[in-house]
Amino acid sequence: MGRARASRALAAFRPLYATRLATFGSTVVLLFALMAVFGPALAPYGANQQVYTDARQPPSLERPFGTDHLGRDVFSRVLLGTRDIFVLAGLGTLVAVLVGTAVGLLTTYLGGATEEITFRVFDSVLAMPALLFALLLLGTFGPSRNNVLAVIAVAYVPIVARVVRSVVLNVKTKDYVAAARMQGESLSRILLREILPSVLPALAVEGALRFSYAIFLVASLGFLGAGVQPPNPDWGLMISEARNFVSITPWALYFPAAAISLLVIGVNLMAEGLATALGRTP
Amino acid sequence: MSGYLARRFGFLLITLVLTSATIFAVTQLLPGDVARIVLGREASATALEALRRDLGLDRPPVVQYLSWLGGFVTGDWGTSFASGQPIRPLVMERVGNSLMLAFLTLAIAVPSAIVLGVVAALHAGKPIDTVISVGALAVVGLPEFVTGLVLIQLLAFELAWLPASSSIRPEAGFLEALPMLVLPALTATLVLLAYIARLTRASVLAELRKPYVRTARLKGIAGRRVTYVHVLGNALLPTVTVVAISFGWLISGLIVVENVFNYPGLGALLTFAIDRRDVPLMQAITMIAVVAFALANLVADLLYAYLDPRIRFG
Amino acid sequence: MSAALRIEGLSVAYGTGVGARRVLRDVDLEIAAGETYGLVGESGSGKSTLALAVMRQLDGAARIEGGRIRLGDDDLLARTPDQMRSVWRTRLKLVPQDPIASLNPRVRVGEQIGEALDGARGRRDRVHDLLARVGLADPVRVARSYPHQLSGGMQQRVMIALALGGEPELLILDEPTTNLDVTTEATILDLVRDLVRERGTALLYVSHSLGVVAQLCDRVAVLYAGELVEDAGVEDLFATPLHPYTRALLDAVPSLDTGTGRAPLRPIVGAFPQPQALPSGCIFAPRCPVATDLTHEVRPPLERAGPTRRVRCHRWRDIADGTLDPRQPAEVRAGADEPAPGAGDVVLELVGIEKEFPIRRSLRDIVARRPARAVRAVDCVDLRLTRTRTLGLIGESGSGKSTLAKVVIGLVPASGGRMELLGVPLAHDIARRDHSVLRRLQMVFQSADEALNPTMTVREILRRPLQRLALSSRDGVRERLAALLESVRLRPEHADRRPGELSGGERQRVAIARAFAAEPDLLVFDESVSGLDVSVQASVLNVVRDLQVERGSAYLFISHDLAVVAALADDIAVMYLGALVETGPTQAVLAPPYHPYTEALISAVPVPDPRVRRDAIRLRGDPPSPSDPPSGCPFHTRCPRFLGDVCVEEAPPWLEGEDGNRIACHIPLDELVRLQGSVAGARPPVSVEARE
Repeated sequence: MGRARASRALAAFRPLYATRLATFGSTVVLLFALMAVFGPALAPYGANQQVYTDARQPPSLERPFGTDHLGRDVFSRVLLGTRDIFVLAGLGTLVAVLVGTAVGLLTTYLGGATEEITFRVFDSVLAMPALLFALLLLGTFGPSRNNVLAVIAVAYVPIVARVVRSVVLNVKTKDYVAAARMQGESLSRILLREILPSVLPALAVEGALRFSYAIFLVASLGFLGAGVQPPNPDWGLMISEARNFVSITPWALYFPAAAISLLVIGVNLMAEGLATALGRTP
Repeated sequence: MSGYLARRFGFLLITLVLTSATIFAVTQLLPGDVARIVLGREASATALEALRRDLGLDRPPVVQYLSWLGGFVTGDWGTSFASGQPIRPLVMERVGNSLMLAFLTLAIAVPSAIVLGVVAALHAGKPIDTVISVGALAVVGLPEFVTGLVLIQLLAFELAWLPASSSIRPEAGFLEALPMLVLPALTATLVLLAYIARLTRASVLAELRKPYVRTARLKGIAGRRVTYVHVLGNALLPTVTVVAISFGWLISGLIVVENVFNYPGLGALLTFAIDRRDVPLMQAITMIAVVAFALANLVADLLYAYLDPRIRFG
Repeated sequence: MSAALRIEGLSVAYGTGVGARRVLRDVDLEIAAGETYGLVGESGSGKSTLALAVMRQLDGAARIEGGRIRLGDDDLLARTPDQMRSVWRTRLKLVPQDPIASLNPRVRVGEQIGEALDGARGRRDRVHDLLARVGLADPVRVARSYPHQLSGGMQQRVMIALALGGEPELLILDEPTTNLDVTTEATILDLVRDLVRERGTALLYVSHSLGVVAQLCDRVAVLYAGELVEDAGVEDLFATPLHPYTRALLDAVPSLDTGTGRAPLRPIVGAFPQPQALPSGCIFAPRCPVATDLTHEVRPPLERAGPTRRVRCHRWRDIADGTLDPRQPAEVRAGADEPAPGAGDVVLELVGIEKEFPIRRSLRDIVARRPARAVRAVDCVDLRLTRTRTLGLIGESGSGKSTLAKVVIGLVPASGGRMELLGVPLAHDIARRDHSVLRRLQMVFQSADEALNPTMTVREILRRPLQRLALSSRDGVRERLAALLESVRLRPEHADRRPGELSGGERQRVAIARAFAAEPDLLVFDESVSGLDVSVQASVLNVVRDLQVERGSAYLFISHDLAVVAALADDIAVMYLGALVETGPTQAVLAPPYHPYTEALISAVPVPDPRVRRDAIRLRGDPPSPSDPPSGCPFHTRCPRFLGDVCVEEAPPWLEGEDGNRIACHIPLDELVRLQGSVAGARPPVSVEARE
């Protein structure tokens, strides 16, 4: 019994490894996740530990990614920045998925004016491109990690809710939902047991996509100086700081840039694999 | 059809009103005391009081919002906190620059993306499709500031083909500005290109599977006619919407790109405004971007309705 | 005489190796020039694959493993796709199943037909000629229309016009009437018959319907699990089927003439074989009542069983001379026929039930002060359902019959009228009905695919109504679940499967089991067997009938299929545009005098017996929109027995017939009898002379 459950739990991860590209993507994401967990234990230097004598070192065995103009170890900073990006983008996405799902499920199933008003308001948020909305919020409330987190959640709730809505609109007309009503099932049971399972595949794909856009957003905000503030080892911020020294210490720019790209591509490939395995187009 | 038009236009107005309310609420009502934000913590009580009165912060929120919205509609966009200048000329000068960059980007990105997507779909599963599809996935993963910086390093510094900075003079014409526009436009193109190409490919593939394509083929007409008239005629219809949605991406992209290249557009002005906590300037820029995005969507809706007889003669 | 089409040893498979699904095996058939050849089979028989193989349009995963397809003297399989173009252009045409999906939504109909024609000169006139030839009244307007502006029947006529464009040698029709109403189907079949007679085109007609094939074709071949099991002239096949499967199919079809006795149908035992695990001997052996060891071990050859017939069975000689009865065993009925206790008690009474769906007013309507309009889906319906009896509700799409079902269940609250369940007023909205009401009233939906949650197991699906409505204890649930499965003839191991792992018939039986879990007093069946193959449909109908005898529930059985309703119902109500037009005991409704609409419905039913020909009573045009119903009698715009102004101006009175039926019509009953006396209904079939 326990074994069967374990194998079923393992089977839940199978879509992540459905295609060769998805396998590559999922593995990359897994590696970064491990870095996020164990980064602080592995990093040879502190994020802001400056060794002036070592400043502007090109990559070498001791300094795998070199050092920046202030003598900070780029490898350590990239490693330590991983946790930041996972916490901000990951947590923000998670909140957006949870809230968006709840709102999307409930309002769409109930329909009528509640649904109409909710999604009109969401449309008004979506009428602003995400980065613009994020800048507006951070511009007024000031840049901080918590605000970045909140911005991601607020910006993505409408998008997740929309995806959920499109599935629920289809499922709620299904006869098995009518059958549940004929059995006198409660609203929560209809939502959670009858409808939610059909939403999960779309949600998995959308969640992965949102995560990748959130990474993008966090990095872009950092680069523009409106997100995470110095001296935190944020990847976007590192690129922004290094761009003025690009002809002297190009490695300080290229390594965090590569980290962002690799992680985003990994997440995208994972989402693509999920979509293929679960039979949805992203 | 005319009912459809009226409905679309109604939705547009409702959305714009709601969005403007959101923008106003976020920037002026939620944060608490705007005067304090602008003047900083050390400001004197009299200065705060004066600014509050100037901004009309002592009035009820609805009145504040309505007078703000009325001002925006009638062209009175207020004065910038940071520079003390009236906002409208400041913004309008930048709008032209941003539009120039945006249209150049769209002019490059849309046709080439459609061609790439169609080619990939018509050769689905073959090497050329793999190259385009994987390439598109990889490019989607590159942030604009990374591609921008790499392109500068490569084309401006190493090869010296193009200028690295794009700080064009205000009175420069399109031709004079063109060399400086190329790099930022290319950077913004990359992301759009991949996005539109992927969706075009999916749309063509979906259309190829439809039964009417078989009907067309079984008429014994030329394969080219089947592809161009029947498959692409229908498959490119959703692309109209995709391009409109990607206009939103383009706005986000341009904010970053303009910063990378020091390009004097709205995006650069926005980061400047944020840096200085210049609330009225932020509001105006956001409103302009939102209106532009909404108009793009409206145009796409109308075009779609015109091209789809099921709506036109619905 | 040379053959129009000759297929020799055709085999088609999906995939390779052990898991290969061999969907067609070794099929031989020959269609003579000018012959109308019917190919019948249930779903999964490979009949559509065969049609696509002839067209060279199999999808990428399918592989032709062997055989030859000759059109005239041409080997089609030897042609490259490019060389097929000229064949498609003029010689070989396909009319597919789903006309709206088969037409380009963005190109005008005229252009879609015109582009297939040779030469630019006079193209437009030729398009109009073609459209006129397929019976479209206003060809110029149709040519200018987009597909979505035409009705389903008109779309299929356009597809036929498209096929006629090249003056083909062979026309393949693949289930062309599947999604159409019976009255529309009848007019399309008339058209096909006329075209064949007029032009002498050879025709391959692929269908699941024995009735259609019997009425249309000269020769018929029966396909079972990818093999051709019998091939004979239409009279021979229907009079003396030689293959046990053919016999079984014929026995499983309910027909208007045999149905009213409520004799149990004979379903085919067992299940369709999986194409990746076929029996090694005769393919039908596992389900055959006369199988021997030889049948199980050796695959029978397709033998000549007469000058023009072939059969694939070891024992056909014994069957032919009458010494062997190949019929499927009749299923034993659960109870005796004596009236159950409480028979005749009224379970549900509907009085003046109405349902209107408001049409959203546009801004302009509001400004212009135009009144709000509504679609009248159900218009003042009175019905009474009694214990142990079945009321069959018949009507075509748009008649409002499904809305009425949902009104009864409460999923769509009625806008007016009154309902009483066991003498107690019934709330219109399901949300206001408590458990004691919910358990008395259940419904079986049309498609079990949508009626069962794909993410749950059968056990979970059945457990809930037992717990909630039947209020069983934990142990009680387990026992009753097993009993439920048994009562719908499912095995205990089905409990752990999910809907996706069940066949269509099994899924529908799970849905029936769920509805019966709390032993309801009234069950509504909404097209519950319409999507099933005939053999499966027969077994589900038997389950439904046995459960009624056991439990004594009242049934409201809704269907568009008159034969199915006739086979099951004690009483019939006929619905048109939301209103009842005729009600009464089954025998009385199926015999003259009929309501003119009932008459047209009966006339349109294709009888699975080539000797029976009914008078062709055909309805003109399409049903009017329920948002703008005709004045007076709702049927007057299409009525073949239209009287005159009185039909347009006054609502018809209810006429009481002698046998307990009621007809809403302006024509007096004796006049209807005089007009309709010659039409065969429940009377003995009128034989016509055998055709050449």
